[in-house]
Amino acid sequence: MDILANLALGFSIALSPYTLFLAVVGCFIGTIIGALPGLGPSNGVAILIPLTFSLGLDATSALVLLTSVYYGAMYGGRISSILLNIPGDEPALMTTLDGYPMAKNGRPGDALVISGVASFVGAFLATIGLMLLAPLLSRVAYQFGPAEYFALYLLAFCTLGGLASQNQAKAAFAAVLGLAIATIGLDNQTGMPRFTGGNLHLMDGVDFLVPLVGLFAVSEVLIYIEKQGKDSSLGIKLEKVTIPFRDIGRSFGTMLRSSVVGFVAGVLPGAGASLGSFLAYMSEKSIAGEKGGFGTGVPRGIAAPEAGNNSAAGGALVPMLTLGVPGSGTTAVLLALLMTLNITPGPTLFTDRPEVVWGLIAALLIANFVLLIMNVPMVKIFVYILAVPPSLLLPGVMMISFVGIFSLTGSYFDLLLMTGFGVMGYLFRKIGVPTVPIILGILLGKHMEDALRRAMILSDGEVSYLFSSPIAIGLWIAAIAGFIAPMFLRPILKRPDRVID
Amino acid sequence: MLRSDRVFGLVVILAALAYIASALQLQTSFLSDPMGSKSFPIGLGVVAILCGLVMILRPDEETDWPGPVALIKIAISVVVMVVYAYSLKPFGFLIPTTLAAGLLSYLITPRIVFNVIAGVGLAVGLYLLFRYGLGLETLQAIPKSWRG
Repeated sequence: MDILANLALGFSIALSPYTLFLAVVGCFIGTIIGALPGLGPSNGVAILIPLTFSLGLDATSALVLLTSVYYGAMYGGRISSILLNIPGDEPALMTTLDGYPMAKNGRPGDALVISGVASFVGAFLATIGLMLLAPLLSRVAYQFGPAEYFALYLLAFCTLGGLASQNQAKAAFAAVLGLAIATIGLDNQTGMPRFTGGNLHLMDGVDFLVPLVGLFAVSEVLIYIEKQGKDSSLGIKLEKVTIPFRDIGRSFGTMLRSSVVGFVAGVLPGAGASLGSFLAYMSEKSIAGEKGGFGTGVPRGIAAPEAGNNSAAGGALVPMLTLGVPGSGTTAVLLALLMTLNITPGPTLFTDRPEVVWGLIAALLIANFVLLIMNVPMVKIFVYILAVPPSLLLPGVMMISFVGIFSLTGSYFDLLLMTGFGVMGYLFRKIGVPTVPIILGILLGKHMEDALRRAMILSDGEVSYLFSSPIAIGLWIAAIAGFIAPMFLRPILKRPDRVID
Repeated sequence: MLRSDRVFGLVVILAALAYIASALQLQTSFLSDPMGSKSFPIGLGVVAILCGLVMILRPDEETDWPGPVALIKIAISVVVMVVYAYSLKPFGFLIPTTLAAGLLSYLITPRIVFNVIAGVGLAVGLYLLFRYGLGLETLQAIPKSWRG
């Protein structure tokens, strides 16, 4: 059994005291990040990357720390959904639909426990799925040439633009903008500078951490200032937390089904956790029918989106690790981390750096148990943290962003650029242009252009080479369908109107 | 009818035209591949123009822009960030951070005593965290030249 041998290798790394310590710290920070409204998984992980870098962690440790934060944030998002009726992060939006009514009916503790267990089931199954599916997919990915990679990148942008946004033109523009930012700097093939305007800072291109922190963290602060700090206050008192075994038992089937739905949604490049929780909730709602009472605070309505959300979070790691194409906004941020650490995700990762991949998978399994303990018996700690007022939290986020970027490059230019991206992110979010495709474009731009140009070199400029293999044709069809289909489905599947992740 | 989306679409088209124009000016190298360094940027520009056209022809509902007070607050906070960026090196970490964090805190919820505490607390707390917790040695509490 290959998998068991690999897993043994993974656990031998993950069970070292230091790695274990990082996983616990990551889970704790992650749950806080997820729980605090105004600090979602994408911007939370984004502002932590420069700090991890300056800590001088090696690749495995940094990855373990930040993926624990990522998993933790997915758990934590539900806490404020249930207690405040404000989603702590975007995928937790669906949890407000039944979580808040249940808390209002006097059962906040039960709602937190059910959702915690559902999160565990979803994340655990997804990690198993990741373990089984990722090596298989990485074997397929070996057959990918430049033409297939180009089509794959296109698929990621199309599904991200199609499924995860309200307006195709705006999403497509966001992707193009990101790709255009990636063309700034020296041309990989010829070594000539492009679009630098003679500015020496821009010769190396735009460091992707600068727009990342600007678009996610700085713009969030501006949004809050506009909202005049409607201070969140706990409207619901949390008394003793007990475990409602009967409700958990009854909604177990829901958790399993939702995990499968969520995982599939997560594996789709570009779709992500928000779609996972949405699809899981909608499918359980239709299975339960009118009598299910979804929307009034039923256990299954809490279990479904949380299992789906956490399972999609795990699923989104599959394309990120095997193909280098992230499945969601936050995995795009994790991809940025890998690139900062000089690790190229893709099929070769599994053969060249097995210790990184399997150490990560083992750490995720451990993180899940840590998170279950933190989020069920110890959930009260995080409820207290929710009381941190935005007027302390957001200046803190801002200062951490500045110091993080400053410590990386030490240049004013990058700080100004980050502020500029912050203002741009604010305007874009007001106008409804999604910011995740911009980040994805900046991250993948160089690879996408290189793949296209290598394909053209191989075929001596023959365009039909792009459609020459069955895999490439399949990817093109999926990309076009993923972009166009939502135009017709949108009236049927009405999404709640907040899209950040 | 003037809507934000239409204005934005127009800006997108103009920016894309400028981008294409500067792509056409790119120096080419004799070592070029069949596609060259211009085609990809030009393609991006064309897609952006199409997106801009769609935004002009089929705009979404009007954006809910903030009122003048909120706009002024946002403008002030952006100025605070720019000034903060420039003052980190000459004035050290503590003083600019206290002022910037306090001001931002005030802009979110104006409660003077709390804002002052938030500014000082964040500056000192984050300094200890970064300097000793994370070992960032480039960070200086106050500039070296001040210590005489």
